Amino acid sequence: MYIQRWLYSTNAKDIAILYFIFAIFSGVIGSTMSLIIRLELAAPGNQILHGNHQLFNVLVVGHALLMIFFLVMPGLVGGFGNYMLPLLIGASDMSFARLNNISFWLLPPALVCLVASTLIESWAGTGWTIYPPLSGIQAHSSPSVDLGIFAIHLTSISSLLGAINFIATSYNMRTNGMSYSKMPLFVWAIIITAVMLLLSLPVLTAGVTMLLMDRNFNTSFFEVAGGGDPVLYQHLFWFFGHPEVYILIVPGFGIISHIVSTYSKKPVFGEISMVYAMASIAFLGFLVWSHHMYIVGLDADTRAYFTSSTMVIAVPTGIKIFSWLATLYGGSIRLAVPMLYAIAFLFLFTIGGLTGVALANASLDVAFHDTYYVVGHFHYVLSMGAIFSLFAGYYYWSPQILGLYFNERLAQIQFWLIFVGANVIFMPMHFLGLQGMPRRIPDYPDAYAGWNYVSSIGSVIAIISLALFIYIIYDQLINGLTNKIDNKSVVYSKAPDFVESNTIFANNSIKSASIEFLLNSPPAIHSFNTPAVQS
Amino acid sequence: MTHLERSRHQLFPFHLVSPSPWPITVSFALMSFALSLGLTMHGYIVGNSVLFTSIILVLYSMTMWFRDIIAEGTYLGDHTLAVRKGLNYGFLLFVVSEILIFAGIFWAYFHSAMSPAIEIGGVWPPVGITAIGATELPLLNTIILLASGATITYSHHATIEGNRNHALNGLFITLWLIVIFVVCQYIEYTNAPFTISDGVYGSVFFAGTGLHFLHMGMLIIMLAVCYWRMRQYHFTTGHHVNYETTILYLHVLDVIWLFLYIVMYWWGA
Repeated sequence: MYIQRWLYSTNAKDIAILYFIFAIFSGVIGSTMSLIIRLELAAPGNQILHGNHQLFNVLVVGHALLMIFFLVMPGLVGGFGNYMLPLLIGASDMSFARLNNISFWLLPPALVCLVASTLIESWAGTGWTIYPPLSGIQAHSSPSVDLGIFAIHLTSISSLLGAINFIATSYNMRTNGMSYSKMPLFVWAIIITAVMLLLSLPVLTAGVTMLLMDRNFNTSFFEVAGGGDPVLYQHLFWFFGHPEVYILIVPGFGIISHIVSTYSKKPVFGEISMVYAMASIAFLGFLVWSHHMYIVGLDADTRAYFTSSTMVIAVPTGIKIFSWLATLYGGSIRLAVPMLYAIAFLFLFTIGGLTGVALANASLDVAFHDTYYVVGHFHYVLSMGAIFSLFAGYYYWSPQILGLYFNERLAQIQFWLIFVGANVIFMPMHFLGLQGMPRRIPDYPDAYAGWNYVSSIGSVIAIISLALFIYIIYDQLINGLTNKIDNKSVVYSKAPDFVESNTIFANNSIKSASIEFLLNSPPAIHSFNTPAVQS
Repeated sequence: MTHLERSRHQLFPFHLVSPSPWPITVSFALMSFALSLGLTMHGYIVGNSVLFTSIILVLYSMTMWFRDIIAEGTYLGDHTLAVRKGLNYGFLLFVVSEILIFAGIFWAYFHSAMSPAIEIGGVWPPVGITAIGATELPLLNTIILLASGATITYSHHATIEGNRNHALNGLFITLWLIVIFVVCQYIEYTNAPFTISDGVYGSVFFAGTGLHFLHMGMLIIMLAVCYWRMRQYHFTTGHHVNYETTILYLHVLDVIWLFLYIVMYWWGA
């Protein structure tokens, strides 16, 4: 029975739960790695790694891969995508339910490969980008890098199949009356993410497979002696890598749109333009990859092109930010936890976006490249963008998914702790970067000691917040019904009343902008045995 | 109808598949494949038996999975029009991702060929490499593939019109054309004056044509399955998703071959 339900599952909701458990599991490992990194960097000299700098490199790789491929993608796309997308379009399940199951079940094997790579010889200390020649057979002769590559292969297959599934589901299984223009923004976000995955992952697969062949089958794709070029790898990698960063954030855009609308009690300002903005971001995301490679020897014209195309992305992103602000404007704002996260997202993601515009300039990036400024930038957009939207989505939808409520007070404490913690970690990184501190280095001159110490303190605060989050989940599962009674005002603030002037809606006992809160909580195994109708 | 009564009927056209062990079997077989390949390549596992076992495991679980789909689609009638539409669309998306893999390899080819490195003499093909002539075996292969596109269209039209003999014959000829193609490729590879280890030229050449070669091998299996299913009366004039996806795959691989032929055999030689 349990084997049927969880291992052989063909139910998007159960698979989504598996994705959540897996994402939290990997997230805990990845966060722990980040704490170890910060402890090592808390002061100059060797702190806790006993001078084992390869181990530091391995921690950096592990932290990045775990956070990107094993936390954010399974959490946002796999978890919320699987759970909410069929619900929001009124579908009973995903289009290819078994494919959905293999999408999930390829992830634990991928994690096994990644962990196995840290158990063999001298591990993979290549950076998550796995650039040759550092990742070549001369520099990393052990099977560790090969197993890391296989981990990427497996997660890629998983995401690719998932992406096909999402696109096909929302193309084919929308309920009656659910036209594309009426689809909720989260569904659009997942579709756009899936299209990006579909078009970018195969190129990564080609790139890392070539690397694998260079390492093991004596080919010369990236081998200078044979006429190959390591820069080719960087092109292939970043043709995937840049869309990938939008893959991580666009589902978050979708979640934030829902939350901002719900807790402002207004429909999202400019829904259609939000869709077009996301689509433009995705499209432009495929045209800017070389801004990660400004210092590999691109000529000035190329750098001018990539600088300008990168800056163009600020336009649709600005449309999104201002539309969210316009949604807030004049709304009846309720500062429940998801809304706190959403507002923090708007504020901090904008900061990350602005440092991104600074980095987009090839002339500035020559100085900023591989410094902590970059680390600060992408953590503002990922840690405070993607992860905050993950938290926001959890607090927004988990009561509906589980039928159990979290403790609002603890959750607000958790929010403020991670808000302070994350800013204390990452804001000083900008200062360190501007002073020229290189990233991915386990030691630094004494001059950098001050802000590094501050950053490490922030790391401890954030970890405390994460521990509290684990307790909040525990509390939610154990005391969920009591919490509901204690938090009535927050629980019922979800129903939007922007429709209250409409007499039909006013007479309705249930009100919702999107369909998911109209269902049972927790929703039935296959929710819509009677198809829903979108007005 | 009461709520209870209504819940006994499925009021939507989609197929809620039953739980299946094959997804998890395939994924763990793939893990076994990845781990054993990694360890075999570095001599931690001696011999190929572990590797082959895991490949067989992958193929076995896949076969069982597809067998289930055939049973549901053909015998249980679960594949309604809406389900078929979804399957075709899903396969189309899969094919798009395949095209992007080839795009990655073409990228590698052009990157290496358009400004050849000084290490290979600054010319393409590199100094010391004798390229395979475009007008030799590859031209025959191109003709074979174009012919296979014609014969499968003939067979497809016959299928839609319900002409069983013509459909079977067209598919039979297509199947053998693809087999001949693969044999010709094999002959070309074994007689090639360079190997995959001969610098970047050999690498990109064999990566591009070799990936296509592997896909053609898969296509043979797909065509053979279609032929067998057609003989078993599995396909009707209106319901032959398996055949439609195979046809799409064949055409896409044909077009990719044309690009490979123009770029790697003609322009790059």
